[in-house]
Amino acid sequence: MLLEVRGLTVSFRSRSGLVRAVDEVSFSVGEREILGLVGESGSGKSVTVLAVLGLIAGPNAVVEGSIRFRGEELVGASERTLRRLRGGAIAMIFQDPMTALTPVYSVGWQIIEQLRIHTDLSRRAARARAVELLDAVGIADPARTVDRFPHQLSGGMRQRAMIAMALSCNPALILADEPTTALDVTVQAQILDLILKLRAEFGTAVVLITHNLGVVAETADRVMVMYAGRIIESASTTALFADPWHPYAWGLLGSIPPLGGARLARLPSIPGLPPALARLPRGCAFAPRCRFRRESCRERPALAGADAHRAACVIAAEERGALRAEALPLLAAGG
Amino acid sequence: MVSTILRRLAHMLFVMVGISALVFLIFFATPGTDPAARIAGRNATPATLAAVRHEFGLDRPLPVQYVLMMDHLFITQNLTSFVNRGEKIVPEIVEAAPVTLSLVLGAGVVWAAFGVLVGLLAAAFKDTVIDRALMVFSLIGVSMPVFWLGEVVNLVTQSRLHDTLLFSWVPTLGYVPLTQDPFGWFKALVLPWITLAVLYIGIYGRVLRANLVEALQEDYVRTARAKGLSARAVLIRHALRCSMISFVTLFGLDFGALVGGGALLTEVVFGLQGVGALTFHALEDLDLPMIMATVIYASFFVVISNAVVDILYAVFDPRVRAR
Repeated sequence: MLLEVRGLTVSFRSRSGLVRAVDEVSFSVGEREILGLVGESGSGKSVTVLAVLGLIAGPNAVVEGSIRFRGEELVGASERTLRRLRGGAIAMIFQDPMTALTPVYSVGWQIIEQLRIHTDLSRRAARARAVELLDAVGIADPARTVDRFPHQLSGGMRQRAMIAMALSCNPALILADEPTTALDVTVQAQILDLILKLRAEFGTAVVLITHNLGVVAETADRVMVMYAGRIIESASTTALFADPWHPYAWGLLGSIPPLGGARLARLPSIPGLPPALARLPRGCAFAPRCRFRRESCRERPALAGADAHRAACVIAAEERGALRAEALPLLAAGG
Repeated sequence: MVSTILRRLAHMLFVMVGISALVFLIFFATPGTDPAARIAGRNATPATLAAVRHEFGLDRPLPVQYVLMMDHLFITQNLTSFVNRGEKIVPEIVEAAPVTLSLVLGAGVVWAAFGVLVGLLAAAFKDTVIDRALMVFSLIGVSMPVFWLGEVVNLVTQSRLHDTLLFSWVPTLGYVPLTQDPFGWFKALVLPWITLAVLYIGIYGRVLRANLVEALQEDYVRTARAKGLSARAVLIRHALRCSMISFVTLFGLDFGALVGGGALLTEVVFGLQGVGALTFHALEDLDLPMIMATVIYASFFVVISNAVVDILYAVFDPRVRAR
């Protein structure tokens, strides 16, 4: 396994006590695998990947559990170890390319900076490599773009430059935090194609964070659905779309507007709001919004099932089909 | 680039003409300040007053007076003081200018360097004892008036502790030309520099700390950390570099205003015969031509330093360069 996360818990000290942003999360990523991490804002997706790189810092953060990258433990690892991995074997792509690049340096300068930390390339060779990388991510005029500043590029170009930077030191794992959210739909598709191409050409594994199930369906091999800091369902992408187990996943799938058929009077949505992390219910965190909640939801259900497909829900396998048909008539009809 | 500089120069000229007209009106056309009465002295007869008025051209229309004044000041450069008829204004200022320039440039260097140092240290050690101590000292620095601090420094280094090892090197008050004795120049100015800079170190340290703390929350700082940069490289190469933009803006404004403000007080307190001291004495005597000339000199400084800041801007911020 490339990355193995076991029982990762990230909490922040706040006035209302210790708040758990990520709660006992376990998952693994294999070589060349693309893992989709889906959830609403505040569900702990970003915090999870930031924790992998040890970027959850500050006196008020507590990170517990185990994160192993190629067998090396990263929780509590020295700053030196983490710095070697950051941008080297593990690279990160951020959501908003408008603000994620330093405005006062050219994109080439920023790529060269990263190359010079992790490799012993000369300034000249690093520059040539930067041009090469910009070319590889599909930037039309790489020799000129290398000297351009972030504000001179479009959003899609900036995200490509960001990806070029992430690729610069041949990472084995890319953590992509909503890489397409800030972009136009057409540019989104190009960036997703690019990510798939990276895997094909460089064999890079990717953890892809998104709140967009469409993005997951197009790219990911496996999907993890997070809710209120916990994983509530994890399955292969095909299984999750064909046979979702958790009512929250039903809600997510149900709120994708269908392309065909009669126009819906109202787009289905999940009622209510995600719970405040400081005041999580004792049992299932989704229960207050769940139309199938029952007495047993007062106890927190464990993530159960086989390795291929797990969910944290009390609904038994036998009754699942009928309840899901009620919540997701389209899926039942084969839509 | 050339057109930008030309436009800038035209702009400067326009501003300075405006300032000179304004200053002229304030001192020559304000009711109650009759220059002739000042020149003629107390209890002058109306006949004497009229004679003085005629001699100095004060009985002519205001626009003519203004043009005459500018002609004496810039073209013939033979404008003389009202108080001391033999004293020519322009050579006086030319002689005093190096003193003031030495003072403000040195103080500017001290305050920029220490302002950056204080801001960086406080931001790097945010919420620790170091941060709090620096911020308290900055606040004390900001609260001390320049003239008071100067007097205290003089008291300590010139009289009370002058004979101790610590301050025996301090020369007597006054200026030593750089070309004559560089080390003497430095010794004579180092205490005035520090005195003048203390206030600004306090302000700039606090402002820079706030800017840095804000910049450290930015997405690009997270990116820089995710690239594997050390904390120091992130702070200096990314956060500080972006924070310098507002630092430079502030610096330009304050530095330009220095000549007519803090430098004047410092010069008087430390016995430096600069333009500030000239202004001070001219104000005491209401010596209008001298006030006119020194104020224009000070405004020239403001305009020049603003132009320099605009250029620095382009160096620091590529987004400005593009325009």
